Amino acid sequence: MGLRVENLRVYYRTLRGYVRALEGVTFSVADGEIMGLAGESGCGKTTLGHSLIYLKPPMNYIEGQVFLDGQEVPIWDMKRMNEFRFRRISVIPQYAMNALNPTRKIGQLIADLLAAHGVDFKEILPELKRRLDLVQLSHEVLNMYPIELSGGMRQRAVMVISTLLNPSLLIADEITSALDVSTQKAVCEMIVEFRNRGFVRSTIFITHDISILYQIADTIAVMYAGQMAEKAPTEAILRSPRHPYTRMLIASLPQVGVRYREERLRGIPGAPPRLLDPPPGCRFQGRCPVAFERCVETPPFVEVEPGHFVACWREI
Amino acid sequence: MGRYLGQKLLIYSLTFFFAVTIDWLIPRLMPGNPVDTLVSRMALRADVAAILRSYYLQAFQLDLPLWQQYLNFWGALLRGDLGVSIWLFPQPVLKLILDAVPYDLFLLLPAVILSWIAGNQVGAMAARVRWLDNSILPLGYILTATPYMWLALILAWSLGQVAGLFPIAGAYSFGIRPHLSWMFIKDLLWHWFLPFASLFLVMFGGWAIGMRNMIIYELEADYSRYLESLGAPPRLIRKYAFRNAMLPQITGLALQLGTIVAGAVATEIVFAYPGTGYLILQAVLNQDYFLLQGCFLFIITGVLIANFIIDIIYALVDPRIRTGMTGA
Ligand SMILES: Nc1ncnc2c1ncn2[C@@H]1O[C@H](COP(=O)(O)OP(=O)(O)O)[C@@H](O)[C@H]1O
Ligand code: SF4
Ligand SMILES: [Mg+2]
Repeated sequence: MGLRVENLRVYYRTLRGYVRALEGVTFSVADGEIMGLAGESGCGKTTLGHSLIYLKPPMNYIEGQVFLDGQEVPIWDMKRMNEFRFRRISVIPQYAMNALNPTRKIGQLIADLLAAHGVDFKEILPELKRRLDLVQLSHEVLNMYPIELSGGMRQRAVMVISTLLNPSLLIADEITSALDVSTQKAVCEMIVEFRNRGFVRSTIFITHDISILYQIADTIAVMYAGQMAEKAPTEAILRSPRHPYTRMLIASLPQVGVRYREERLRGIPGAPPRLLDPPPGCRFQGRCPVAFERCVETPPFVEVEPGHFVACWREI
Repeated sequence: MGRYLGQKLLIYSLTFFFAVTIDWLIPRLMPGNPVDTLVSRMALRADVAAILRSYYLQAFQLDLPLWQQYLNFWGALLRGDLGVSIWLFPQPVLKLILDAVPYDLFLLLPAVILSWIAGNQVGAMAARVRWLDNSILPLGYILTATPYMWLALILAWSLGQVAGLFPIAGAYSFGIRPHLSWMFIKDLLWHWFLPFASLFLVMFGGWAIGMRNMIIYELEADYSRYLESLGAPPRLIRKYAFRNAMLPQITGLALQLGTIVAGAVATEIVFAYPGTGYLILQAVLNQDYFLLQGCFLFIITGVLIANFIIDIIYALVDPRIRTGMTGA
């Protein structure tokens, strides 16, 4: 049944007021789907990922609902979320290389974590070892401290740990951003492999680098300034983007499959609105070449073709 | 591990060597000849002066070339001979120091260790209990920011002078001989309390603040956030944070313990408590170079040994160091 997010609104409470980081975000991710989540830095990708598993102050839940396999997920409740965390929703954080306690052996850390969820380490050990093999880590790492591993090895260890209990939803946040191209490729293949082997069902793969998504994502969702702009199968986003922002984004890529750099986005004139007091309506209006009167109202996120959603008054 | 400790041992030996050399230089760099100063101080009686002069010229062989004096100094040192005090002539310096050290230990060991334990516990609690944090933090800062002299004098004045609850000088009452009886032990503790309390308070504030800040830092660290996102209970996260926050505290403890042999100069001066700190003061006041030299030697040794022990403990508790030394 996968994940369904409806009208999610999450703000950061700051001294200067609310930063409206997620404004009515709606989308779903099917079983077995790897959804790439793309968009410029600061558009709210990490906020969205965190909202689904770890919504903690200064993040403020305003409204919206999240369903996983048909069951409502109480994302606003830090305590009740513990039932979902790790077992059903898991995360490979942006800082995966530093995510392990430096003074605990990796095996002990896993045992502690499993014990906290009522799982016996010994029972799961054979499966754990198989998965270490899969990501090409020696079983020895269980007896090592994180410092004894390279950054890439630590990240792979975290990938195995996070998915150990076969979560329904995995959120991977910028896990390729700090890597060189060949390692990026290997990590992407592991994510696909995890899905193929059923370690995880739905995956949200966050990156600001769209070209990575061509390799692994079944669908791509594009965010702009806290709103969902477009979501469609990867091929459709690539060949026939409908949202003006997506079009400019794709056009600014030199060529399909070639890595684009963030600076290229500056090729789109103007800058995203400040999320402290964004203008009402479509947040892209300030930079949109085809904006018109209607754009001061918020465009709904509608399905214009099967599986292809767009939030733009021009496309409805 | 062996190689790591070997390296450390080498570094400490070198440090010891240079420190002792400097210690040897001190009296020789002082204006005037220590023997002349000594003799002029003692020259009330002509016969004593003559004995003294010849004794010291012999003992320190100040007429020998410097390199030979230096070698002889090491020789005497290795035999445990630190010379003779000027202030309390003719007692050997080593005996004076050995008499003083028990008082240092008696005063400082409990003060350092108890304040460390209490400070860590309270600091760790303050990191998660709001009201405790709001009271401990300002109190801790006030305690650590207060010049120690002030605090000691205020205690001595209020509880000693005004309230008359505690004596303010000496390690036991004048007129009692040290012996093993309840009466003497009570008297000893009674004299001990104020200097102990003043040290405890100041150190407690420092430990508590250090621990509280370290824990908060660790709780914000990436590994804590990761565990929290994976639904680990706060108990586990706090356990990890506490353990990691302890590492700097252990260093701090060992450093403090190392300086114990130096006594607590200020405390022992304020409360006229007869430890090494008090000896140093007397040595300076009486221009007792050899006593001063001996005290410094003790301090050097103590600090170095303590540092060496920290290195060992650290290598045992912190895998970052343990693996760093195997070059992984
Ligand atoms: N702790 C915070 N306090 C206030 N604003 C924040 C905080 N974290 C992020 N934001 C704001 O929320 C918006 C979305 O941030 P983020 O989700 O990190 O973007 P992305 O992951 O897409 O780069 C940005 O405008 C950012 O400035
Ligand atoms: S809704 Fe209006 S401003 Fe927004 S993208 Fe469409 S045309 Fe542009
Ligand atoms: Mg981000």
